[in-house]
Amino acid sequence: MSNDRDLPQSEDESRTRELRDSVIGLGGAVVLTLIAFALAIFQPWGRSVLLFGLGGLALLQVGWHFRYFLHIDLDRSHRDDLQLVLFTGLIVLLMVAGTIWILFNQYMRMG
Amino acid sequence: MSTEKKLHPGINIAQTDPKAHLEAEPVMFGFWVFLMSDLVLFTLLLATYGAMSVHGMAGGPTPKQITDLTSAGIETALLLASSFTFALASIALKYDDNQRALKRWLIVTALLGAAFIGMEIKDFITLAGKGQIPQVSGFLSAHYALLGTHMLHVASAIVWMAMIWPQMKVPRLKDLVRLRIMRLALFWHMLDVVWVAIVTFVFLFGAST
Amino acid sequence: MDWTYWLFGTLQWSDFPPKKDLIATFAASLVILAPIAVAVILTVTKRWTWIWKEWLTSLDHKKIGVMYCVLAAAMLVRALIEAGLMRTQQAMANVGSPVIGADHFGELFSTHGTIMIFFVVMPFISGLINFVMPLQIGARDLTFPFLNAASLWLTAAGAMLVNASLVVGKFSTGGWSGYPPFTELAFSPGEGVNYWIWALTLTGIGTTLTGINFAVTLYKERAPGMHLMRMPLFCWTALSTSILMIFALPPLTVATAMLALDRYAGFHFFTNGAGGNMMLYANLFWLFGHPEVYILILPAFGVWSEVISTFSGKKLYGYTSLVVATISIAVLSFTVWLHHFFTMGQSANVNAVFGIATMLIGIPTGVKVYDWLLTMYRGRIRFTPPLLFSITFLFCFVVGGLTGVLLANAPVDFAVHNSLFLVAHFHNMLIPGTLFAMIAGYMYWFPKVFGFRLDERWGTISWFLWSAGFLLAFMPLYALGLMGAMRRTSMFTDPHYTPYLMIALGGAGMILCGLAALGVQLFVSIRRREQMRVPVGDPWDGHSLEWWSSAPPPEWNFARIPQVDGTEAFTAMKRNGQPYVAQPENYEDICLPANTGIPVMIGVAGGLCAFALTWYIWWLAVVMLVAMWALVVWRSWQGEPMKEFPAELVRKHTEEWLEKARAAKPVDRFAESEPVNLGLADPIR
Repeated sequence: MSNDRDLPQSEDESRTRELRDSVIGLGGAVVLTLIAFALAIFQPWGRSVLLFGLGGLALLQVGWHFRYFLHIDLDRSHRDDLQLVLFTGLIVLLMVAGTIWILFNQYMRMG
Repeated sequence: MSTEKKLHPGINIAQTDPKAHLEAEPVMFGFWVFLMSDLVLFTLLLATYGAMSVHGMAGGPTPKQITDLTSAGIETALLLASSFTFALASIALKYDDNQRALKRWLIVTALLGAAFIGMEIKDFITLAGKGQIPQVSGFLSAHYALLGTHMLHVASAIVWMAMIWPQMKVPRLKDLVRLRIMRLALFWHMLDVVWVAIVTFVFLFGAST
Repeated sequence: MDWTYWLFGTLQWSDFPPKKDLIATFAASLVILAPIAVAVILTVTKRWTWIWKEWLTSLDHKKIGVMYCVLAAAMLVRALIEAGLMRTQQAMANVGSPVIGADHFGELFSTHGTIMIFFVVMPFISGLINFVMPLQIGARDLTFPFLNAASLWLTAAGAMLVNASLVVGKFSTGGWSGYPPFTELAFSPGEGVNYWIWALTLTGIGTTLTGINFAVTLYKERAPGMHLMRMPLFCWTALSTSILMIFALPPLTVATAMLALDRYAGFHFFTNGAGGNMMLYANLFWLFGHPEVYILILPAFGVWSEVISTFSGKKLYGYTSLVVATISIAVLSFTVWLHHFFTMGQSANVNAVFGIATMLIGIPTGVKVYDWLLTMYRGRIRFTPPLLFSITFLFCFVVGGLTGVLLANAPVDFAVHNSLFLVAHFHNMLIPGTLFAMIAGYMYWFPKVFGFRLDERWGTISWFLWSAGFLLAFMPLYALGLMGAMRRTSMFTDPHYTPYLMIALGGAGMILCGLAALGVQLFVSIRRREQMRVPVGDPWDGHSLEWWSSAPPPEWNFARIPQVDGTEAFTAMKRNGQPYVAQPENYEDICLPANTGIPVMIGVAGGLCAFALTWYIWWLAVVMLVAMWALVVWRSWQGEPMKEFPAELVRKHTEEWLEKARAAKPVDRFAESEPVNLGLADPIR
């Protein structure tokens, strides 16, 4: 427990760092949002490619928010939280993918 | 346990308030667990929406017909800005001895959130004016339920903020109020994450089909 | 709309007793008379202050645990009587003299299932975990004691709502799973389904919060040195169950909330037509429902691990494999939900994937069974009632598991789904698996909770009645299912069924006698408690830290938080150290959360809010909802008031306990049930 790497010692230094993180977070989120909206408005690709692109951008932006606003990172000191988020990701994947698969499969056979 | 350690993700108050920092660990972790449970709830609403927006129109309006990208863009801008101002509030909470900056950023955040809710209500009224109410089809039911749940969360976050407000003056509650604002911050940022998913899968997908 | 609607919603005089049939009237009067009787007893014995100060307002995890178990026991009585009534109806109707009508039968199977799952087993596991887990990890309380009490009272409010349906109006006839479109307004108008929705909502909120509380406690409050891989197995199963509660309850919340929107606001999630899709409900419900069965069974596995290892006098065989198996089961439980609706119309490939995933769960479960058998192998086994129950469990659970593997084959499921075969299967898992574990756990930890052992003779009688009763009541149902008898049917008219139905009725009767035997056991034990006292607190030569304290334990659990160096911390202490020698006199003041009545009030407000929603009494619903949150805000202004136990008090209590330990004679394992057993074990070496 003597790893003192993860908290800088001086207040000014850490304040600057945290402020910088927030600005990066906002900047990245704005850029990703603008790209996504531009894709939806100008529709440069076919429908399925477009949907995959938008979905990918959303995932990227969710990851970005987790990193810069919710401050989840790979630090050893709070692995509990990282594991929690990753496990949630697994559960969400199972539930959403399963639901979509099952319901669309039924719809195809019923329709 | 060292007070020089980060004990939970996000802004740690170790340097400025060691005692509350130690108490923060289980409380913040517990709130993270709650948030994840809440996140599962949202993803299920989204999955339902995903199915209903394809199968549940019942001859009524389609996603494309009810998508208003301008409105969605403004709402996104408001919520993103509010996430940033809450981040500034968190920094003020940690470093500033007086609460001036903290209170200022919290008020800005709450106003941005209120504006967001106002925009959503305006969207709902516009839809209802065209007869596109949740009772029309499974698709519209899912649309209103998903957006309504998110809106309810934002509204309750603002109420939460209002409840904390008078407590900020009470010295006896100083540490507890800090922890409460730190949790409120997590809640607020998480609602932004959920909104990213909603914007993509409801509005942008809607505009693209 | 006239003024009565604004005031009383859809409540009518005719919703109140007397009911149309005699049995319902009798049940309603029981629900009214039981609380009156309790109130009279409390008044006569002048115990109102005592129960309010010592119990209802307590934030002590041990007392909350006991209250959970009392709630579960009371609800168990109701659910078992209902089961007996259903068996009687099916048996008698088949020979031409039905006892109750079809609607009443529908209410019975709906309340029986809802109660057994949400208000018997879930409170019971919450109660056991509440009491045992903090003691086992060397903690003084859960991380969030106030939240813990609020969860208890929300759950209790849900149970009271189900009981209220016996008196005011009717309960749902849609089964515990409440499938639409039957439960939609078009087919189930009236209050029944509303009762079901709001009872589940209350307990759902309580359970989610409990899950969060347990998980955080297990992660953050362990004693120094208690690594995750040193926790007793019961704690591992508690952790897995909490994780399931956290992630599996949201789908239930979503499903019931959508059903409520359909019923109250005319939405179209699950309706016939207008784009509604009832398969969506089945999907959401079982996303919850399948992990739910593992919420019910995993803590039971934990209890069996403790009981079998203790009464075999051996270290638990294959600890690591049991941990890995527990986690595997928890994760796999999220991948199999479709096997509850194989017949709903998806393609064979989808069914095959979920069928295979289902069979996979058999592997970690099999690992566990072998581990338990090998724990018993060459152990010094004592046939105490908890161990007898575990033997029944091992045999019957394997049979139930095998029928589960049968059902995991979609083609087989097409043939027997919705039949009594299925009813037999899940009762075969849940009675020997979960319910017997709850009974065994109750007998195993009772001396720790109250300071005296339970009578073994009546325990053994109860074991016999429960085991034989279970076999007689449910084995015939397998046959009946294969003969074509469908579940949830109020009457059959096939003479070939008669012998099977009669045997099942006899079995149900034996189970009710088994329940009565448990009551007699408790009564006898209380009367003879002086000969059964185990004040030193270790009557069974236990392995984990909960046995290292007086019985009953002090409110602060441990005078000093122990340092842990391996698995089975208390065994290690007994072997290497001297658990009953006073530590250097460094007692310190101990602070624990002060009592508060707010959680009880939150439960009352929640219950009234749910009742108002059930009957469309809008003003009351709004007032009570606001009241609930106002109570939370009130609490937030209080800060976190603590009560202090001065070092002197802690020292006095600890030294008295150590004095008793010095005076007691260490007992050999085969003298466990003799009066000489004061709770000081002569450890097996």
